[in-house]
Amino acid sequence: MGSRASTLLREEEIEEIKKETGFSHSQITRLYSRFTSLDKGENGTLSREDFQRIPELAINPLGDRIINAFFPEGEDQVNFRGFMQTLAHFRPIEDNEKSKNPTASEPLNSRTNKLLFAFRLYDLDRDDKISRDELLQVLRMMVGVNISDEQLGSIADRTIQEADTNGDNSISFNEFIKVLEKVDVEQKMSIRFLH
Amino acid sequence: MELFFNPFDNLVCILLGISFTVWFTLLLVFIIVPAIFGVSFGIRRLYMKTLLKIFEWATLRIERGAKEKNHLLYKPYSNAIIAREPTSLEEEIKEIRRSGSNKDLDAAPEFEMSDIFYFARRGVESIMDDEVTKRFSAEELESWNLLTRSNYNFHYISLRLTVLWGLGLLIRYGLLLPLRVTLAFTGVGLLVFLTSVVGLLPNGRMKNFLSEKVHLMCYRICVRALTAIITYHDSENKPKNGGICVANHTSPIDVIILASDGCYAMVGQIHGGLMGVIQRSMVKACPHVWFERSEVKDRHLVAKRLSDHVEDKSKLPILIFPEGTCINNTSVMMFKKGSFEIGATVYPVAIKYDPRFGDAFWNSSKFGMVNYLLRMMSSWAIVCSVWYLPPMSREEGEDAVQFANRVKAAIARQGGLVDLLWDGGLKRGKVKDTFKEEQQKLYSKMLVGTQEDRSRS
Repeated sequence: MGSRASTLLREEEIEEIKKETGFSHSQITRLYSRFTSLDKGENGTLSREDFQRIPELAINPLGDRIINAFFPEGEDQVNFRGFMQTLAHFRPIEDNEKSKNPTASEPLNSRTNKLLFAFRLYDLDRDDKISRDELLQVLRMMVGVNISDEQLGSIADRTIQEADTNGDNSISFNEFIKVLEKVDVEQKMSIRFLH
Repeated sequence: MELFFNPFDNLVCILLGISFTVWFTLLLVFIIVPAIFGVSFGIRRLYMKTLLKIFEWATLRIERGAKEKNHLLYKPYSNAIIAREPTSLEEEIKEIRRSGSNKDLDAAPEFEMSDIFYFARRGVESIMDDEVTKRFSAEELESWNLLTRSNYNFHYISLRLTVLWGLGLLIRYGLLLPLRVTLAFTGVGLLVFLTSVVGLLPNGRMKNFLSEKVHLMCYRICVRALTAIITYHDSENKPKNGGICVANHTSPIDVIILASDGCYAMVGQIHGGLMGVIQRSMVKACPHVWFERSEVKDRHLVAKRLSDHVEDKSKLPILIFPEGTCINNTSVMMFKKGSFEIGATVYPVAIKYDPRFGDAFWNSSKFGMVNYLLRMMSSWAIVCSVWYLPPMSREEGEDAVQFANRVKAAIARQGGLVDLLWDGGLKRGKVKDTFKEEQQKLYSKMLVGTQEDRSRS
């Protein structure tokens, strides 16, 4: 129930999250209400099961990988701060942000950080390289049983061939950025709020 | 000592006696007698209008309080939080590829690393706001209705508002609740007693007539026990014998609401305890369809008993809730096809509750039945509208699932509810893997399909 929403989230916390993530006050309270409604155990954190209870996420072929993105290395619970930090990657880039102070740290929803989010969906072992195996794993998740191993293998090989510039048979983050330099990342990896 | 207490005792006894008598007379005159005859004094509607005015005032005060403190109010929106475009998997992935494609357009790529963006975004969208999980908890209100259970801006309440709230609490728990509980006991008690009496009569027109009257009267008393203010629309479409009445399900109260305006044969599992006693006495007066727990699993047996009942035109229309579970009255979820396979005429009914007076949704994972009924009886009122939709039958070439979806769409449209294809069973169970497999198949076609085109050219 949303009745605990704005009573448990203190103003100072909202301000901090606003600074970190760039979400507005009302967006933060709405997402907090969402967070509490997902938190069936009512202990202030979400577990992987809490996410898997969302049917639309459970039927997403990359559902498990996306859930993984919310949990920092080796942890099983995510609190509201962590939840918001991950969601912040999908905040649309506003024009006035582009001209902000260049010495300030990069906002969570910058183009680079959006690409990093996508990169990490491929790079399971977090070694900053997408190996052939990792690429195959993701491809297999997306196509299910409908494509044979050989065909999938050749697709993976072709992809690595096209992207790999330094010949180490894997895709680094910079190579990843290069391949996708023309894609409209700002729009495709952003979720617009209605209010 | 005794001498001192006696006259005082006497006085107290007399006063108590008088107040009880007065109370019961009022009860009888204003509530029970009209229930028997199906008449209404209009007291409840007046009550409803007064309450609405008070709620508006309360909301304004909260808004003023928030403005004074210069804070932003938490405003629950019943619509979506985020913008979700209804584009398909194929369209979106093609768009992403087109924007990033630095190859010539003839050699369409089979896989792009950017394809993942689609799945990532859809996934995170569903984390922020999804269509299903919010249907299983109570709807959020935009204005405050003086019940603590639905307030999100508690710290903006002024003294005046607190006093009003306290008064409301007193009225609801001190006056309304005992009154309603008395009525509920009366209604249920009369139902059990009178149906058993009617059950002693031989089968025939007299028995049916009396059974109808008894059922209606007792349900009407129960309706007043909840202070339910119901508006029935299109009564010319009321279900007839030999038909099946289907409705969207929000709470067990749905049964009382429908049955106080018409006679139905109920369908359900036999319970133990008080519920079982009620069920067993009801079936003495007129045939309902009760199943033992073991029989419920056998779909063929269930279908056979229902179709037998339906074919006998002298029996009352069956009342079924095809969703199979309680949904929070903002949407209609998948209808189970069982009742639509029988081949009888279907009479759809849409029930929409007005959440401002009390939320009728039964969140069975949070509250038990008794707790739920107590909450119902300590709300202000249960206000709802019932629409009887024109009868529908299965058309040529339409299978049970399509028929069920057609009926569901009609009910959703009339009640102003969102029409969802998701199964209400998702409240407790996991979603089937077939949905994921469908998406994987669609995506695979995009990868492999282009290869087929290439090999053809």
